[in-house]
Amino acid sequence: MSALTLPARPDPEGDAGPRPIPWRRMTGVTWRQHRIALAGAVVLLGVLSAYLWIEGTSVHHAYAAVTACRPAGSAACQDAAATFNATWNDMSIPAVLLQLLPALIGAFVGAPVPARELEAGTFRFAWTQGFGRWRWTLAKLVPLAVVLAAATYAFSVLVSWCYQPYMATGNQDLGIYGDSPLVTVFGLREVTFPAWTVATFAIAALAGMLIRRVVPAIVAALAVYAGLVVAAVALLREHYLAPLVTSDSNLAGTAWIIGQWWTKDGRFAFADNPPDSLVNQFCNFAQSGPTGKGGGGGGGPASSGNPLAQCLGPHGYTLWTSYQPASRFWPFQWIEGGWLLALAVLLIGVTVWLVQRRAA
Amino acid sequence: MNVVEATGLGKRYGRTWALRECTLEIPAGRVTALVGPNGAGKTTLLNLAVGLTAPSAGAVTVLGGRRAGSPAALDGIAFVAQDTPLYKGLSVADMIYVTRTLNRRFDEPYARARLDELGVPAKRRAGKLSGGQQAQLALTLALARRPQLLVLDEPVAALDPVARHDFMATVLAAAAAEGVSVLLSSHVLTELERVASYLVLMSRGQVRLAGAVDDLLAADGRASLEELALHYLREATPEVTR
Repeated sequence: MSALTLPARPDPEGDAGPRPIPWRRMTGVTWRQHRIALAGAVVLLGVLSAYLWIEGTSVHHAYAAVTACRPAGSAACQDAAATFNATWNDMSIPAVLLQLLPALIGAFVGAPVPARELEAGTFRFAWTQGFGRWRWTLAKLVPLAVVLAAATYAFSVLVSWCYQPYMATGNQDLGIYGDSPLVTVFGLREVTFPAWTVATFAIAALAGMLIRRVVPAIVAALAVYAGLVVAAVALLREHYLAPLVTSDSNLAGTAWIIGQWWTKDGRFAFADNPPDSLVNQFCNFAQSGPTGKGGGGGGGPASSGNPLAQCLGPHGYTLWTSYQPASRFWPFQWIEGGWLLALAVLLIGVTVWLVQRRAA
Repeated sequence: MNVVEATGLGKRYGRTWALRECTLEIPAGRVTALVGPNGAGKTTLLNLAVGLTAPSAGAVTVLGGRRAGSPAALDGIAFVAQDTPLYKGLSVADMIYVTRTLNRRFDEPYARARLDELGVPAKRRAGKLSGGQQAQLALTLALARRPQLLVLDEPVAALDPVARHDFMATVLAAAAAEGVSVLLSSHVLTELERVASYLVLMSRGQVRLAGAVDDLLAADGRASLEELALHYLREATPEVTR
C-alpha cells in the first residue's frame, strides 16, 4: 500500500501524454483552409502556361526554320534569322516579368498561414486543439511548400522549353540571337524557380508570424524577396564558382562573360574597351564601331572572334576574358537552389519555434 | 484532482503585470466562475491555463499536474475563446471536420445532433451564422471533444438574452450529464449566480477571493454572490478622492 500513498502522478501519461495525432491528418485541414490560395496559384500558373505554350511554339517554329535553312547566308536564311530574332522582342519582357511569380505565389500562400490566424483570432481555436501548436505549424508549412515546389517545378519545365532556343549552342554560327543559360531566365529554371518560390513562402510565413497581419506580411515578404533577387543577380551569382580566364577571344556565345581586360607585353594595360586613340591608330574599322565584348555574349548576331583583339593582337595587346562556361549551368542551379532551400528550412524552423514560444 | 493549479503565477506584458502572484486551486467537477471587472486579468489567467501564453513567473498545471499547453493538457481541455473565433470561410460541416481531425476524441454524432437541434445548417459558412449560432457552434465543437475541462472566456458577453440563456443551458447540461468541469470568466455577475458553485474573484491582476460559493456565502453572511463580489471588489479598489 505504501506505493499508493506516495504522491503519485495523477496522470500516468504525464506531459508527453497520449500518442500524438498522426501528421497526415493535417493535410485535409490544410487543404480546406488554403484551397483558395492554392487554386489561385494554379489558375495563375495555368494561364501563364497557356501563354508560354503558344509563344514557345512560335519560337520553336522560328528556330527550326533557321536551323533547317540551306544554303546558309542566302536571303531566305537571313529572313528566317530575322524572324527568329524578332521573337526575342516578345519574349525578353516576360523573361523579366515572370521573375515576379515566385514572389507572388510564395507571399500570398505563405503569409496567411500564421498571420490570418493571428489577425482573426482563430489561433486561439487552432492552437488549443489536441494536435498541438508547433506540430500544427509544421504540418501546414511543409506540405504547402512541397506543393508549391512541385507546381512551380512543372511550370519551370515549360519556361525552359520555351526559352531553350535562345540558349542553344551554335546560335552565333547561325547568325541569330544567343545568350548564356546562366543569364537568360536563370532564376526561372528547374531548380531555382521552385527554390525562390519556397524561400519567399518561408519569408512570408515568418513575416506573418512577426507582423501578425496578412497584407503587411505579404508586402514585407515581397520587399525582402526584391532585395534578395537584386543581391543574387548583382552580387552573388557570378561568384558561385571561380570564373575561368582565357585569352581566346573566340569564346562560345553561351558563355557568361564576367569581365574583360587587356594586357600589353604581360602587363595590365586597361580594363574593358581600349581607348579610342588606340583603336583609331591600329584598327581600320568601317563607320560602325565594333562590339567591345568578346564572344558576342551580349546578344545580336555575333561574328567569330573579337575584331578588336584581332587588330590589336599583332601590336602586343592581349584581350583577357573571365567567364562562366555554360557547362556550369546545373552546378549554378543547385548552388542557388541550395542556399535558397537552406534559407527556407531555417526560416520555417524559426517560424515554428516562434509559434511554440511566443506568447499569443 | 484540481483542474487548475497555479503557484506564484505571473504574466507581464512589457512593464505591466497583467497577473501577479496568483496561487490558486480550482477543484474538478465544478462550474467555476472567474469574476472581475474588465482588465482584471481573467483572460490572461485563462490563456495561461490553456497554454496560449507562457508565464513570466511561477507555474500553472492543469488536470492534475499536466503542464499547461502540453499535449496531454491540450488533449483534455476544450477552450472557447472570447468572441468564439471560428474559421468564417469554412462551412459548419468543415468546422466539424477540422475539429474532429485535430483531436483524438470527437463525438461527431453528438455534434451533428446538437447542431440539428439548434437549427444550424451544416452547409452554411460559419461566418454567415448569427452570433448566437456561432457561439453555440463553438461550444458544440468544444463539448464534442469530450473534454475533462471546458474553459470559456467571456462566452456570453456578445450574446442577446435568449442566446445567453440557451448557451448557458447547454453548458450546464454538459456539466451535469457528463461531469465536465467548467471554468468560465465573466464580468457580468447576475448570470453566474445560478450556475457557479465555485468562485474566483479577481481585480487588477490579482486573485481577491477563491472558494466554494456556499462556503463563501456562509462565512460572509451575505445573501447573494453579487453582493459578496461587489463587497470584495470595492474593497480591492482604492478610494477615489475628489
